Amino acid sequence: MNAEALLLSLRLAGTVSVVLLILSLPLAYWLSFTRWRGKFLIESIIALPLVLPPTVLGFYALLALGPRGAIGRFWQALSGHSLAFTFAGLVIASLVYSLPFAVQPLVASFEGLDRRLLDAAAVLGASRARAFFRVILPLAWPGVITAGVLSFAHTLGEFGVVLMVGGNLAGITRTISIDIYDRVQALDYAGAHQTALLLLLISFVVLSIVYGVNRRIWSPWPKR
Amino acid sequence: MLSVNIRKTYSAGPAASFQLQISEEFAPGFTVIFGPSGAGKSTLLDCIAGLAAPEEGVIRLADDVLFDAAQRISLTPQERGMGYVFQSLALFPHLTVEQNIAFGIERKTRTEQKKRIDRVLAAFRIQGLAGRKPGKLSGGEKQRVALARSLVTEPRVLLLDEPLTGLDAGLRKALLEDLREWNSANQVPILYVTHNREEVDALGERVVALLDGHVRESGLPRAVLDAPRSVALAQAAGFENLLAGRVVEERAADGVMRVALEGEHGELEVPLGFAEPGDAVEIAIRAGDILLAREAPHGLSARNVIPGTVEKLETRGAIAVVTVNAGVKFLVNVTPGAARSLELRPQLPVWLVVKTHSCHLVNRH
Repeated sequence: MNAEALLLSLRLAGTVSVVLLILSLPLAYWLSFTRWRGKFLIESIIALPLVLPPTVLGFYALLALGPRGAIGRFWQALSGHSLAFTFAGLVIASLVYSLPFAVQPLVASFEGLDRRLLDAAAVLGASRARAFFRVILPLAWPGVITAGVLSFAHTLGEFGVVLMVGGNLAGITRTISIDIYDRVQALDYAGAHQTALLLLLISFVVLSIVYGVNRRIWSPWPKR
Repeated sequence: MLSVNIRKTYSAGPAASFQLQISEEFAPGFTVIFGPSGAGKSTLLDCIAGLAAPEEGVIRLADDVLFDAAQRISLTPQERGMGYVFQSLALFPHLTVEQNIAFGIERKTRTEQKKRIDRVLAAFRIQGLAGRKPGKLSGGEKQRVALARSLVTEPRVLLLDEPLTGLDAGLRKALLEDLREWNSANQVPILYVTHNREEVDALGERVVALLDGHVRESGLPRAVLDAPRSVALAQAAGFENLLAGRVVEERAADGVMRVALEGEHGELEVPLGFAEPGDAVEIAIRAGDILLAREAPHGLSARNVIPGTVEKLETRGAIAVVTVNAGVKFLVNVTPGAARSLELRPQLPVWLVVKTHSCHLVNRH
Protein backbone atom coordinates (compact mmCIF):
# COMPACT_ATOMS: atom_id res chain seq x y z
CA MET A 1 0.00 0.00 0.00
CA ASN A 2 1.16 3.49 -0.74
CA ALA A 3 1.37 5.18 2.68
CA GLU A 4 2.40 8.47 1.13
CA ALA A 5 -0.77 8.62 -0.98
CA LEU A 6 -2.93 7.62 1.98
CA LEU A 7 -1.43 10.31 4.21
CA LEU A 8 -1.85 12.90 1.49
CA SER A 9 -5.50 11.96 1.04
CA LEU A 10 -6.13 12.15 4.78
CA ARG A 11 -4.41 15.54 4.97
CA LEU A 12 -6.46 16.82 2.05
CA ALA A 13 -9.75 15.48 3.44
CA GLY A 14 -8.99 16.83 6.91
CA THR A 15 -8.10 20.30 5.66
CA VAL A 16 -11.08 20.44 3.35
CA SER A 17 -13.63 19.34 5.94
CA VAL A 18 -12.38 21.80 8.57
CA VAL A 19 -12.33 24.74 6.13
CA LEU A 20 -15.68 23.68 4.70
CA LEU A 21 -17.31 23.64 8.12
CA ILE A 22 -16.09 27.16 8.82
CA LEU A 23 -17.39 28.37 5.45
CA SER A 24 -20.63 26.37 5.51
CA LEU A 25 -21.90 27.39 8.94
CA PRO A 26 -22.62 31.01 7.99
CA LEU A 27 -23.76 29.98 4.51
CA ALA A 28 -26.18 27.38 5.88
CA TYR A 29 -27.39 29.84 8.52
CA TRP A 30 -28.16 32.38 5.84
CA LEU A 31 -29.90 29.80 3.62
CA SER A 32 -32.00 28.57 6.51
CA PHE A 33 -33.20 31.93 7.74
CA THR A 34 -33.28 34.24 4.73
CA ARG A 35 -36.64 35.18 3.24
CA TRP A 36 -35.04 36.18 -0.03
CA ARG A 37 -37.00 34.65 -2.87
CA GLY A 38 -34.00 34.06 -5.07
CA LYS A 39 -32.31 31.76 -2.61
CA PHE A 40 -33.11 28.73 -4.78
CA LEU A 41 -30.50 30.04 -7.22
CA ILE A 42 -27.82 29.91 -4.54
CA GLU A 43 -29.06 26.47 -3.50
CA SER A 44 -28.75 25.27 -7.10
CA ILE A 45 -25.20 26.59 -7.39
CA ILE A 46 -24.19 24.89 -4.15
CA ALA A 47 -25.78 21.62 -5.27
CA LEU A 48 -24.15 21.68 -8.72
CA PRO A 49 -21.22 19.43 -7.78
CA LEU A 50 -23.74 16.71 -6.92
CA VAL A 51 -24.74 16.32 -10.55
CA LEU A 52 -21.78 17.76 -12.48
CA PRO A 53 -19.29 15.19 -13.82
CA PRO A 54 -16.13 15.61 -11.71
CA THR A 55 -14.06 16.05 -14.86
CA VAL A 56 -16.19 19.05 -15.86
CA LEU A 57 -15.79 20.56 -12.43
CA GLY A 58 -12.09 19.77 -12.50
CA PHE A 59 -11.72 21.30 -15.94
CA TYR A 60 -13.22 24.62 -14.86
CA ALA A 61 -11.28 24.50 -11.62
CA LEU A 62 -8.09 24.05 -13.62
CA LEU A 63 -8.96 27.06 -15.78
CA ALA A 64 -9.75 29.20 -12.74
CA LEU A 65 -6.69 28.11 -10.79
CA GLY A 66 -4.26 28.21 -13.71
CA PRO A 67 -1.98 31.18 -14.36
CA ARG A 68 -4.64 32.83 -16.58
CA GLY A 69 -7.59 32.18 -14.28
CA ALA A 70 -8.85 34.77 -11.78
CA ILE A 71 -7.95 32.80 -8.66
CA GLY A 72 -4.69 31.58 -10.18
CA ARG A 73 -3.57 35.10 -11.10
CA PHE A 74 -4.42 36.39 -7.67
CA TRP A 75 -2.51 33.55 -6.02
CA GLN A 76 0.47 34.06 -8.32
CA ALA A 77 0.62 37.77 -7.51
CA LEU A 78 0.49 36.85 -3.86
CA SER A 79 2.89 33.91 -3.67
CA GLY A 80 4.82 33.94 -6.91
CA HIS A 81 3.81 30.48 -8.15
CA SER A 82 0.84 28.81 -9.79
CA LEU A 83 -1.98 27.02 -7.99
CA ALA A 84 -2.52 24.30 -10.55
CA PHE A 85 -0.87 20.97 -9.73
CA THR A 86 -0.30 21.99 -6.10
CA PHE A 87 -1.80 20.84 -2.82
CA ALA A 88 -3.38 24.27 -2.22
CA GLY A 89 -5.05 24.04 -5.62
CA LEU A 90 -6.41 20.63 -4.70
CA VAL A 91 -7.84 22.03 -1.47
CA ILE A 92 -9.63 24.86 -3.29
CA ALA A 93 -11.11 22.58 -5.95
CA SER A 94 -12.16 20.06 -3.31
CA LEU A 95 -13.89 22.78 -1.30
CA VAL A 96 -16.20 23.38 -4.24
CA TYR A 97 -16.57 19.69 -4.96
CA SER A 98 -17.64 18.78 -1.40
CA LEU A 99 -19.56 21.97 -0.60
CA PRO A 100 -23.06 20.46 -0.90
CA PHE A 101 -22.10 17.64 1.46
CA ALA A 102 -21.33 20.18 4.16
CA VAL A 103 -24.08 22.70 3.49
CA GLN A 104 -27.06 20.41 3.02
CA PRO A 105 -26.89 18.55 6.37
CA LEU A 106 -26.38 21.88 8.15
CA VAL A 107 -29.37 23.48 6.43
CA ALA A 108 -31.49 20.42 7.21
CA SER A 109 -30.59 20.55 10.89
CA PHE A 110 -31.02 24.34 11.16
CA GLU A 111 -34.40 24.19 9.46
CA GLY A 112 -35.46 21.37 11.76
CA LEU A 113 -35.00 23.58 14.82
CA ASP A 114 -38.06 24.87 16.63
CA ARG A 115 -38.23 28.55 15.62
CA ARG A 116 -39.87 29.38 18.91
CA LEU A 117 -36.55 28.59 20.62
CA LEU A 118 -34.95 31.37 18.61
CA ASP A 119 -37.86 33.68 19.40
CA ALA A 120 -37.37 32.84 23.06
CA ALA A 121 -33.66 33.64 22.83
CA ALA A 122 -34.42 36.99 21.17
CA VAL A 123 -37.05 37.96 23.74
CA LEU A 124 -34.60 37.04 26.50
CA GLY A 125 -32.19 39.56 25.01
CA ALA A 126 -29.75 37.30 23.18
CA SER A 127 -28.08 38.79 20.10
CA ARG A 128 -28.10 36.73 16.91
CA ALA A 129 -24.53 35.66 17.47
CA ARG A 130 -25.26 34.53 21.01
CA ALA A 131 -28.38 32.69 19.89
CA PHE A 132 -26.28 30.97 17.23
CA PHE A 133 -23.57 29.77 19.59
CA ARG A 134 -25.77 29.07 22.62
CA VAL A 135 -28.91 27.66 21.01
CA ILE A 136 -28.59 26.82 17.32
CA LEU A 137 -25.17 25.19 17.26
CA PRO A 138 -25.60 22.96 20.33
CA LEU A 139 -28.97 21.76 19.07
CA ALA A 140 -27.76 21.24 15.51
CA TRP A 141 -24.65 19.24 16.43
CA PRO A 142 -25.78 16.04 14.66
CA GLY A 143 -25.94 18.13 11.49
CA VAL A 144 -22.48 19.57 12.15
CA ILE A 145 -20.98 16.11 12.66
CA THR A 146 -22.77 14.79 9.60
CA ALA A 147 -21.49 17.71 7.52
CA GLY A 148 -17.91 17.19 8.70
CA VAL A 149 -17.91 13.44 8.25
CA LEU A 150 -19.58 13.48 4.84
CA SER A 151 -17.29 16.14 3.39
CA PHE A 152 -14.29 14.25 4.78
CA ALA A 153 -15.39 10.98 3.17
CA HIS A 154 -16.39 12.61 -0.08
CA THR A 155 -13.05 14.39 -0.42
CA LEU A 156 -11.13 11.25 0.50
CA GLY A 157 -12.54 9.37 -2.45
CA GLU A 158 -12.44 12.05 -5.12
CA PHE A 159 -10.72 11.18 -8.36
CA GLY A 160 -11.79 13.17 -11.40
CA VAL A 161 -11.30 16.60 -9.91
CA VAL A 162 -7.92 15.67 -8.46
CA LEU A 163 -6.70 14.30 -11.71
CA MET A 164 -7.71 17.41 -13.64
CA VAL A 165 -6.44 19.97 -11.13
CA GLY A 166 -3.60 18.16 -9.43
CA GLY A 167 -2.38 15.68 -11.93
CA ASN A 168 -0.39 12.81 -10.51
CA LEU A 169 2.62 14.13 -8.58
CA ALA A 170 3.86 11.75 -5.89
CA GLY A 171 3.63 13.31 -2.42
CA ILE A 172 1.95 16.48 -3.71
CA THR A 173 -1.20 15.53 -5.56
CA ARG A 174 -1.16 11.75 -5.89
CA THR A 175 -4.08 10.85 -3.64
CA ILE A 176 -5.19 7.38 -2.73
CA SER A 177 -7.76 7.08 -5.54
CA ILE A 178 -5.16 8.06 -8.10
CA ASP A 179 -2.85 5.49 -6.57
CA ILE A 180 -5.46 2.78 -7.11
CA TYR A 181 -5.84 3.87 -10.71
CA ASP A 182 -2.07 3.79 -11.21
CA ARG A 183 -1.82 0.30 -9.78
CA VAL A 184 -4.59 -1.05 -11.98
CA GLN A 185 -2.88 0.52 -15.01
CA ALA A 186 0.32 -1.24 -13.96
CA LEU A 187 -1.62 -4.52 -13.48
CA ASP A 188 -0.73 -4.51 -9.75
CA TYR A 189 -4.15 -5.87 -8.77
CA ALA A 190 -3.04 -7.02 -5.33
CA GLY A 191 -1.83 -3.52 -4.40
CA ALA A 192 -4.96 -1.91 -5.83
CA HIS A 193 -7.08 -4.35 -3.89
CA GLN A 194 -5.47 -3.49 -0.55
CA THR A 195 -6.00 0.21 -1.03
CA ALA A 196 -9.51 -0.14 -2.41
CA LEU A 197 -10.52 -2.32 0.53
CA LEU A 198 -9.22 0.32 2.92
CA LEU A 199 -11.30 3.01 1.22
CA LEU A 200 -14.33 0.75 1.34
CA LEU A 201 -13.88 0.24 5.07
CA ILE A 202 -13.42 3.95 5.72
CA SER A 203 -16.58 4.76 3.75
CA PHE A 204 -18.54 2.17 5.71
CA VAL A 205 -17.33 3.49 9.06
CA VAL A 206 -18.10 7.06 8.02
CA LEU A 207 -21.66 6.27 6.98
CA SER A 208 -22.19 4.28 10.17
CA ILE A 209 -21.19 7.34 12.14
CA VAL A 210 -23.58 9.54 10.17
CA TYR A 211 -26.54 7.22 10.61
CA GLY A 212 -25.63 6.41 14.16
CA VAL A 213 -25.57 10.09 15.09
CA ASN A 214 -28.80 10.99 13.41
CA ARG A 215 -30.53 9.35 10.50
CA ARG A 216 -32.94 12.21 9.90
CA ILE A 217 -30.36 14.70 8.70
CA TRP A 218 -29.06 13.20 5.49
CA SER A 219 -30.54 9.98 4.43
CA PRO A 220 -31.14 8.34 1.09
CA TRP A 221 -33.40 5.91 2.94
CA PRO A 222 -37.10 6.55 3.34
CA LYS A 223 -38.11 7.89 6.74
CA ARG A 224 -39.67 5.40 9.09
CA MET B 1 -49.68 51.05 30.96
CA LEU B 2 -49.22 49.26 27.64
CA SER B 3 -51.16 50.76 24.78
CA VAL B 4 -51.59 48.85 21.55
CA ASN B 5 -53.18 50.28 18.46
CA ILE B 6 -52.26 48.19 15.45
CA ARG B 7 -53.36 46.49 12.27
CA LYS B 8 -51.71 43.29 11.10
CA THR B 9 -52.61 40.72 8.45
CA TYR B 10 -52.09 37.18 9.63
CA SER B 11 -52.93 33.75 8.34
CA ALA B 12 -54.79 31.08 10.22
CA GLY B 13 -54.35 27.92 8.24
CA PRO B 14 -53.26 27.64 4.64
CA ALA B 15 -56.08 29.48 2.86
CA ALA B 16 -57.38 31.87 5.49
CA SER B 17 -55.99 35.35 5.92
CA PHE B 18 -57.30 37.67 8.61
CA GLN B 19 -56.79 41.19 9.83
CA LEU B 20 -55.90 41.79 13.42
CA GLN B 21 -57.24 45.20 14.29
CA ILE B 22 -57.00 46.19 17.90
CA SER B 23 -56.90 49.29 20.00
CA GLU B 24 -56.56 48.50 23.68
CA GLU B 25 -54.86 49.71 26.82
CA PHE B 26 -53.44 47.17 29.21
CA ALA B 27 -53.09 48.31 32.79
CA PRO B 28 -50.77 46.66 35.33
CA GLY B 29 -52.25 43.35 36.46
CA PHE B 30 -53.98 40.63 34.50
CA THR B 31 -55.88 41.08 31.28
CA VAL B 32 -57.26 37.88 29.78
CA ILE B 33 -57.27 37.71 26.00
CA PHE B 34 -59.96 35.19 25.23
CA GLY B 35 -60.82 33.78 21.82
CA PRO B 36 -60.97 30.61 19.76
CA SER B 37 -57.90 29.42 17.87
CA GLY B 38 -57.25 31.55 14.83
CA ALA B 39 -58.63 34.66 16.52
CA GLY B 40 -55.25 36.39 16.34
CA LYS B 41 -54.25 36.02 19.97
CA SER B 42 -50.71 34.78 19.35
CA THR B 43 -50.28 37.29 16.53
CA LEU B 44 -51.13 40.06 19.00
CA LEU B 45 -48.51 38.84 21.48
CA ASP B 46 -45.90 38.44 18.71
CA CYS B 47 -46.50 42.04 17.62
CA ILE B 48 -46.11 43.31 21.17
CA ALA B 49 -42.94 41.28 21.70
CA GLY B 50 -41.42 42.49 18.42
CA LEU B 51 -41.42 39.07 16.77
CA ALA B 52 -43.90 40.24 14.14
CA ALA B 53 -44.32 43.68 12.62
CA PRO B 54 -47.77 45.23 12.22
CA GLU B 55 -48.53 47.02 8.96
CA GLU B 56 -49.88 50.04 10.74
CA GLY B 57 -50.14 51.51 14.16
CA VAL B 58 -48.34 52.29 17.37
CA ILE B 59 -47.32 50.27 20.41
CA ARG B 60 -46.36 52.25 23.47
CA LEU B 61 -45.25 51.26 26.94
CA ALA B 62 -45.65 54.15 29.38
CA ASP B 63 -43.74 56.93 27.56
CA ASP B 64 -41.61 54.64 25.39
CA VAL B 65 -42.57 54.05 21.78
CA LEU B 66 -41.86 50.39 21.00
CA PHE B 67 -43.34 50.50 17.53
CA ASP B 68 -44.57 53.21 15.23
CA ALA B 69 -45.23 52.28 11.61
CA ALA B 70 -45.54 55.89 10.44
CA GLN B 71 -42.19 56.87 11.96
CA ARG B 72 -40.57 53.56 11.05
CA ILE B 73 -39.71 52.84 14.65
CA SER B 74 -39.58 49.21 15.65
CA LEU B 75 -37.50 48.13 18.62
CA THR B 76 -36.05 44.64 18.36
CA PRO B 77 -37.33 41.95 20.73
CA GLN B 78 -33.99 42.24 22.53
CA GLU B 79 -34.60 45.94 23.22
CA ARG B 80 -38.20 45.64 24.37
CA GLY B 81 -37.59 43.93 27.69
CA MET B 82 -40.68 41.76 27.63
CA GLY B 83 -41.33 38.41 29.21
CA TYR B 84 -42.98 35.97 26.84
CA VAL B 85 -44.08 32.46 27.75
CA PHE B 86 -44.88 30.65 24.55
CA GLN B 87 -47.60 28.08 24.15
CA SER B 88 -44.92 25.49 23.44
CA LEU B 89 -42.92 26.97 26.35
CA ALA B 90 -39.76 26.82 24.18
CA LEU B 91 -37.43 25.77 26.98
CA PHE B 92 -33.92 25.18 25.68
CA PRO B 93 -33.73 21.38 25.70
CA HIS B 94 -29.93 21.22 25.94
CA LEU B 95 -29.69 23.47 29.00
CA THR B 96 -30.55 22.66 32.59
CA VAL B 97 -33.37 24.42 34.41
CA GLU B 98 -30.86 26.74 36.05
CA GLN B 99 -29.11 27.50 32.75
CA ASN B 100 -32.46 28.13 31.09
CA ILE B 101 -33.38 30.61 33.80
CA ALA B 102 -29.96 32.27 33.69
CA PHE B 103 -30.12 32.69 29.89
CA GLY B 104 -31.76 36.11 30.02
CA ILE B 105 -29.60 37.59 32.78
CA GLU B 106 -26.10 36.54 31.76
CA ARG B 107 -24.95 40.14 31.53
CA LYS B 108 -25.53 40.59 35.26
CA THR B 109 -22.81 39.92 37.81
CA ARG B 110 -22.47 36.43 39.22
CA THR B 111 -23.80 37.41 42.62
CA GLU B 112 -26.77 39.24 41.12
CA GLN B 113 -27.53 36.23 38.90
CA LYS B 114 -27.35 33.89 41.85
CA LYS B 115 -29.59 36.11 43.94
CA ARG B 116 -32.24 36.43 41.26
CA ILE B 117 -32.21 32.75 40.33
CA ASP B 118 -32.55 31.66 43.93
CA ARG B 119 -35.44 34.04 44.43
CA VAL B 120 -37.35 32.92 41.35
CA LEU B 121 -36.68 29.24 42.00
CA ALA B 122 -38.18 29.70 45.44
CA ALA B 123 -41.12 31.80 44.20
CA PHE B 124 -42.14 29.08 41.77
CA ARG B 125 -41.17 26.18 44.05
CA ILE B 126 -38.72 24.58 41.65
CA GLN B 127 -35.54 24.64 43.75
CA GLY B 128 -35.23 20.87 43.46
CA LEU B 129 -35.20 20.94 39.67
CA ALA B 130 -32.28 23.34 39.09
CA GLY B 131 -29.94 20.70 37.66
CA ARG B 132 -32.44 18.89 35.46
CA LYS B 133 -32.94 19.19 31.73
CA PRO B 134 -36.42 20.05 30.41
CA GLY B 135 -36.84 16.55 28.97
CA LYS B 136 -36.91 15.20 32.52
CA LEU B 137 -39.68 17.51 33.76
CA SER B 138 -43.44 17.02 33.99
CA GLY B 139 -45.78 19.36 32.13
CA GLY B 140 -46.52 21.44 35.20
CA GLU B 141 -42.84 21.70 36.11
CA LYS B 142 -41.98 22.89 32.61
CA GLN B 143 -44.63 25.58 32.85
CA ARG B 144 -43.16 26.76 36.15
CA VAL B 145 -39.66 26.85 34.66
CA ALA B 146 -40.87 28.79 31.61
CA LEU B 147 -42.55 31.35 33.85
CA ALA B 148 -39.47 31.61 36.04
CA ARG B 149 -37.22 32.10 33.01
CA SER B 150 -39.36 35.01 31.82
CA LEU B 151 -39.79 36.64 35.20
CA VAL B 152 -36.18 36.49 36.31
CA THR B 153 -35.37 39.20 33.75
CA GLU B 154 -37.84 41.50 35.52
CA PRO B 155 -39.77 42.22 32.33
CA ARG B 156 -41.85 45.34 31.88
CA VAL B 157 -44.71 43.37 30.36
CA LEU B 158 -45.52 39.69 30.71
CA LEU B 159 -47.04 37.91 27.71
CA LEU B 160 -48.48 34.49 28.44
CA ASP B 161 -49.71 32.36 25.54
CA GLU B 162 -51.88 29.62 27.01
CA PRO B 163 -49.25 29.00 29.66
CA LEU B 164 -51.31 26.66 31.80
CA THR B 165 -53.08 24.46 29.28
CA GLY B 166 -53.08 20.83 30.23
CA LEU B 167 -52.70 21.48 33.94
CA ASP B 168 -55.40 20.19 36.24
CA ALA B 169 -57.42 22.76 38.13
CA GLY B 170 -55.49 22.39 41.40
CA LEU B 171 -52.04 22.87 39.86
CA ARG B 172 -53.32 25.75 37.79
CA LYS B 173 -54.70 27.50 40.83
CA ALA B 174 -51.45 27.08 42.75
CA LEU B 175 -49.39 28.44 39.85
CA LEU B 176 -51.72 31.39 39.34
CA GLU B 177 -51.44 32.25 43.00
CA ASP B 178 -47.64 32.23 42.76
CA LEU B 179 -47.89 34.47 39.71
CA ARG B 180 -50.26 36.89 41.43
CA GLU B 181 -47.98 36.99 44.45
CA TRP B 182 -45.03 37.83 42.20
CA ASN B 183 -46.93 40.56 40.41
CA SER B 184 -48.19 42.18 43.58
CA ALA B 185 -44.63 43.40 44.03
CA ASN B 186 -43.83 44.14 40.39
CA GLN B 187 -47.10 45.56 39.05
CA VAL B 188 -46.59 45.00 35.33
CA PRO B 189 -49.26 44.39 32.69
CA ILE B 190 -49.83 40.66 32.23
CA LEU B 191 -51.54 39.61 29.01
CA TYR B 192 -52.90 36.16 29.53
CA VAL B 193 -54.07 34.43 26.35
CA THR B 194 -56.43 31.49 26.52
CA HIS B 195 -59.20 29.79 24.61
CA ASN B 196 -60.34 27.95 27.71
CA ARG B 197 -63.49 29.14 29.41
CA GLU B 198 -62.52 27.55 32.73
CA GLU B 199 -59.26 29.47 32.87
CA VAL B 200 -61.11 32.73 32.34
CA ASP B 201 -63.39 31.90 35.25
CA ALA B 202 -60.45 30.84 37.41
CA LEU B 203 -58.66 34.13 36.78
CA GLY B 204 -61.73 36.30 37.24
CA GLU B 205 -59.98 39.31 35.74
CA ARG B 206 -60.82 41.70 32.93
CA VAL B 207 -61.42 39.84 29.65
CA VAL B 208 -60.88 41.05 26.12
CA ALA B 209 -62.77 38.77 23.74
CA LEU B 210 -61.01 38.49 20.39
CA LEU B 211 -62.70 37.02 17.32
CA ASP B 212 -61.32 36.97 13.79
CA GLY B 213 -58.80 39.61 14.76
CA HIS B 214 -61.28 42.05 16.28
CA VAL B 215 -62.15 42.84 19.88
CA ARG B 216 -65.79 41.88 20.25
CA GLU B 217 -66.25 42.73 23.87
CA SER B 218 -64.28 43.52 26.96
CA GLY B 219 -65.11 43.64 30.62
CA LEU B 220 -65.46 41.27 33.53
CA PRO B 221 -65.81 37.58 32.64
CA ARG B 222 -69.40 37.43 33.93
CA ALA B 223 -70.46 40.22 31.63
CA VAL B 224 -68.48 39.08 28.60
CA LEU B 225 -68.73 35.32 28.65
CA ASP B 226 -71.78 34.46 30.72
CA ALA B 227 -73.94 36.72 28.61
CA PRO B 228 -72.18 36.83 25.26
CA ARG B 229 -73.71 39.30 22.90
CA SER B 230 -72.80 37.67 19.60
CA VAL B 231 -73.23 34.19 18.14
CA ALA B 232 -69.55 33.76 17.38
CA LEU B 233 -68.59 34.72 20.91
CA ALA B 234 -71.26 32.45 22.36
CA GLN B 235 -69.77 29.57 20.38
CA ALA B 236 -66.30 30.43 21.56
CA ALA B 237 -67.50 30.74 25.14
CA GLY B 238 -68.84 27.21 25.03
CA PHE B 239 -72.59 27.64 24.56
CA GLU B 240 -73.48 24.38 22.88
CA ASN B 241 -77.04 25.35 21.94
CA LEU B 242 -77.72 28.28 19.65
CA LEU B 243 -81.34 28.54 18.57
CA ALA B 244 -82.72 30.94 16.02
CA GLY B 245 -86.06 32.57 16.78
CA ARG B 246 -88.20 35.69 16.75
CA VAL B 247 -89.41 37.80 19.66
CA VAL B 248 -93.19 37.51 19.81
CA GLU B 249 -94.09 39.23 23.04
CA GLU B 250 -92.49 41.40 25.70
CA ARG B 251 -93.72 41.25 29.30
CA ALA B 252 -91.88 44.17 30.79
CA ALA B 253 -93.51 43.77 34.19
CA ASP B 254 -92.16 40.22 34.55
CA GLY B 255 -88.83 41.15 32.96
CA VAL B 256 -89.19 38.48 30.28
CA MET B 257 -89.88 38.02 26.59
CA ARG B 258 -91.34 35.15 24.66
CA VAL B 259 -89.34 33.95 21.69
CA ALA B 260 -90.83 31.66 19.03
CA LEU B 261 -88.21 29.24 17.75
CA GLU B 262 -87.69 29.15 14.02
CA GLY B 263 -89.83 26.60 12.16
CA GLU B 264 -92.75 26.62 14.61
CA HIS B 265 -90.92 24.46 17.12
CA GLY B 266 -92.32 25.97 20.25
CA GLU B 267 -91.44 28.93 22.40
CA LEU B 268 -88.88 29.91 25.00
CA GLU B 269 -89.25 32.43 27.78
CA VAL B 270 -86.08 34.48 28.04
CA PRO B 271 -84.98 37.50 30.10
CA LEU B 272 -85.71 40.95 28.67
CA GLY B 273 -82.91 41.98 26.38
CA PHE B 274 -81.91 44.34 23.66
CA ALA B 275 -84.48 43.00 21.17
CA GLU B 276 -88.06 44.04 20.57
CA PRO B 277 -91.10 42.11 19.35
CA GLY B 278 -90.61 41.13 15.71
CA ASP B 279 -86.78 41.03 15.95
CA ALA B 280 -84.90 37.96 14.82
CA VAL B 281 -82.63 36.79 17.62
CA GLU B 282 -80.48 33.85 18.69
CA ILE B 283 -80.79 32.19 22.05
CA ALA B 284 -77.66 30.65 23.58
CA ILE B 285 -78.06 27.91 26.18
CA ARG B 286 -75.34 25.88 27.82
CA ALA B 287 -75.76 22.13 27.53
CA GLY B 288 -75.13 21.92 31.25
CA ASP B 289 -77.97 24.33 32.09
CA ILE B 290 -80.72 22.07 30.72
CA LEU B 291 -82.48 19.45 32.87
CA LEU B 292 -83.94 16.21 31.53
CA ALA B 293 -87.13 14.55 32.84
CA ARG B 294 -88.63 11.18 31.90
CA GLU B 295 -92.15 12.26 32.73
CA ALA B 296 -93.92 15.53 32.06
CA PRO B 297 -92.76 17.65 34.97
CA HIS B 298 -95.18 19.87 36.90
CA GLY B 299 -94.99 22.20 39.85
CA LEU B 300 -91.68 23.63 38.63
CA SER B 301 -90.41 27.16 38.86
CA ALA B 302 -88.67 26.75 35.51
CA ARG B 303 -90.73 28.30 32.78
CA ASN B 304 -89.53 26.40 29.75
CA VAL B 305 -90.61 22.75 29.47
CA ILE B 306 -90.23 21.26 26.01
CA PRO B 307 -91.10 17.67 24.96
CA GLY B 308 -88.74 15.76 22.70
CA THR B 309 -87.10 12.38 22.06
CA VAL B 310 -83.58 11.20 22.73
CA GLU B 311 -81.71 10.84 19.50
CA LYS B 312 -78.17 10.02 20.56
CA LEU B 313 -76.21 9.39 23.73
CA GLU B 314 -72.45 9.84 23.92
CA THR B 315 -70.15 9.64 26.90
CA ARG B 316 -67.24 12.11 26.88
CA GLY B 317 -65.16 11.65 29.96
CA ALA B 318 -67.24 12.48 33.00
CA ILE B 319 -70.12 13.88 30.94
CA ALA B 320 -72.88 12.15 29.00
CA VAL B 321 -73.92 14.29 26.06
CA VAL B 322 -77.54 13.68 25.08
CA THR B 323 -78.90 14.89 21.76
CA VAL B 324 -82.62 15.56 22.08
CA ASN B 325 -84.86 16.21 19.10
CA ALA B 326 -87.60 18.66 20.01
CA GLY B 327 -88.23 19.87 16.49
CA VAL B 328 -84.88 21.60 16.82
CA LYS B 329 -81.94 19.68 18.27
CA PHE B 330 -80.75 20.35 21.80
CA LEU B 331 -77.51 19.17 23.37
CA VAL B 332 -77.86 18.34 27.05
CA ASN B 333 -75.04 17.43 29.45
CA VAL B 334 -75.83 15.06 32.29
CA THR B 335 -73.60 12.91 34.49
CA PRO B 336 -73.11 9.29 33.36
CA GLY B 337 -74.85 8.26 36.59
CA ALA B 338 -77.92 10.32 35.73
CA ALA B 339 -77.94 8.85 32.20
CA ARG B 340 -77.96 5.35 33.75
CA SER B 341 -80.65 5.98 36.35
CA LEU B 342 -82.92 7.65 33.76
CA GLU B 343 -82.16 4.71 31.45
CA LEU B 344 -81.60 7.13 28.61
CA ARG B 345 -81.55 5.52 25.20
CA PRO B 346 -82.41 6.56 21.65
CA GLN B 347 -86.16 6.94 20.91
CA LEU B 348 -86.98 7.57 24.58
CA PRO B 349 -89.46 10.44 25.05
CA VAL B 350 -88.13 13.08 27.47
CA TRP B 351 -88.90 16.61 28.63
CA LEU B 352 -86.34 19.42 28.54
CA VAL B 353 -86.46 21.91 31.39
CA VAL B 354 -84.72 25.29 30.99
CA LYS B 355 -84.79 28.19 33.42
CA THR B 356 -85.58 31.56 31.91
CA HIS B 357 -82.25 32.98 33.04
CA SER B 358 -80.29 30.15 31.45
CA CYS B 359 -81.41 31.49 28.07
CA HIS B 360 -79.12 34.20 26.76
CA LEU B 361 -80.07 36.55 24.01
CA VAL B 362 -77.27 37.07 21.45
CA ASN B 363 -76.85 39.11 18.29
CA ARG B 364 -76.77 37.27 14.99
CA HIS B 365 -73.52 39.02 14.08
